[in-house]
Amino acid sequence: MIKNISNLGDAAIYCDFGNEVNQEINANVIKYFKSIQKKNIKGITNVTPSYNKLIVSFDLDLTDYTNLKNEIQNIKILSSFDDDQKLIKIPVCCDEEFALDMERLNKKLKLSKDEVLNNYLNKEYFCYMTGFIAGMPFLGDIDKKLRLNRLETPRVKVPMGSVGITEQFCNIYTFESPGGWNIIGNTPIKVFDKFKKKEPTLINPGDKVLFYQISKKEYLNWNDK
Amino acid sequence: MTSSFFKTLRAGINSTFQDLGRKYLYHIGLPFSGAMDKRNYLISNNLVGNQNNTAVLEFAFQGPLLKVENGKINFAITGDVNFRIKKASSNIVDGECYKTYTLEKNDELDIISTNKSVYGYLSVSGGFKLEKYWNSCSTTVRAGVGANNGNKISKGDKININNIEKKYVSKKLNFINSKIEFIRILKGTNFDYFSKNSIVKFLNEEFEISKLTDRMGMRLKGPKLENNKETNIRSEGLIKGVIQVPADGDPIIMLSDHGTIGGYPKIGVVISADYDKLVQSAPNTKIKFKLIELKEAEKLYKFYKMETDKLLNQVQ
Repeated sequence: MIKNISNLGDAAIYCDFGNEVNQEINANVIKYFKSIQKKNIKGITNVTPSYNKLIVSFDLDLTDYTNLKNEIQNIKILSSFDDDQKLIKIPVCCDEEFALDMERLNKKLKLSKDEVLNNYLNKEYFCYMTGFIAGMPFLGDIDKKLRLNRLETPRVKVPMGSVGITEQFCNIYTFESPGGWNIIGNTPIKVFDKFKKKEPTLINPGDKVLFYQISKKEYLNWNDK
Repeated sequence: MTSSFFKTLRAGINSTFQDLGRKYLYHIGLPFSGAMDKRNYLISNNLVGNQNNTAVLEFAFQGPLLKVENGKINFAITGDVNFRIKKASSNIVDGECYKTYTLEKNDELDIISTNKSVYGYLSVSGGFKLEKYWNSCSTTVRAGVGANNGNKISKGDKININNIEKKYVSKKLNFINSKIEFIRILKGTNFDYFSKNSIVKFLNEEFEISKLTDRMGMRLKGPKLENNKETNIRSEGLIKGVIQVPADGDPIIMLSDHGTIGGYPKIGVVISADYDKLVQSAPNTKIKFKLIELKEAEKLYKFYKMETDKLLNQVQ
């Protein structure tokens, strides 16, 4: 399933699963990710899945590229990860003050706000990877009608909790951060919580995510419950 | 017995607690972090008799001014650092790096600046009293994770130190930080995206370290590197030492607090053995790259490790 294995520097292995981005290829990446994680191989310090690549970093004091490459090539891969896969439902408020780029979407996609939301909400998306900023999930694929490039000039500050879309993907800004995705709403839920030491991220690679709409009132009262 | 502590009279520019870093969290978006210059970090702990993974205070350029408000504190500073001790009796002692000192109540430690380098390390016997996140005290300011609630230290902060019941023995190491002529690299996974001409420039001309350099990354200015294929790739994982080249043609080297995912082509990766020296190169320094093979990089790392171990054994 891995098309090519090479070294990335002297302390990481670069597993290439091809150039396409689709759920089948990504599911393979995630199978390797979970299998390597479960096997607890000596010297590995990080395993980073992305759309179609997997990077395994290691401690040069404990192992090296040749050893680890062998282990990874011969590892027994999980046939599925259904048992680990969660469905997470995310409330999102799409009122004007949160849907920062709704007008841009309306104009460029030639869809009304209702059409955008009907095409986006209440569908299951797949989590390809998390990262960039802590806990940020990269989800997909969104409806073909909703696909649009990033903003020409990224925002210096995207508010925490913002839900954004670009190309075939959607995401959630887990921190206030610079960013160029088209923002269509905001969630009151904490997607990354550093105080949850066991599982700080709500959404992990391979999980499914569904967005549903809440009113501004529900949004404001969400964390009082 | 109440514990010893410092009061922070001046925080310095970028003073954070760091240890050996945090594993297994790239996949949720948290970088490894940890001390930038690992060798100087290890030596600082060794001098004061601490375990290798005890957190120390890392500072950049200007360090903190600290006052002992309670107890005795045995410390060492490593790096190329200019500091002095103002005794409660008003005597002033010029500090020497790689040597332990014991401070008494009301003494002040003034870490004035690093000389022609970036990072320095302050270790204290017993270690600082800090909370751990995922088994590490390393601070990642951008994610608000790590000791001191994920923040740099600030003026007024109280810094507690673990009590140890033991007589302090003074220790010393004769060591001078050396510079290297080249930063050695391996080919990156997108090396062949760049024009032949650009590769020649990349490997032969000088690059200047820009002021836009911090624990996350080091931006370089020099000949523009021309990409013949694609200026963006599908976002994928990163590691420290990766040299990315965005569309503007100016390379950026990923450092210990780097974003975990990036979408710029990777022209090269700095070898592990040269990382400490790379991060100690201050803005405006000119550097040159030298391309080597993996086997040689592995050998150089073994040599780096041996040298570090030798230095740790020479502490007496």
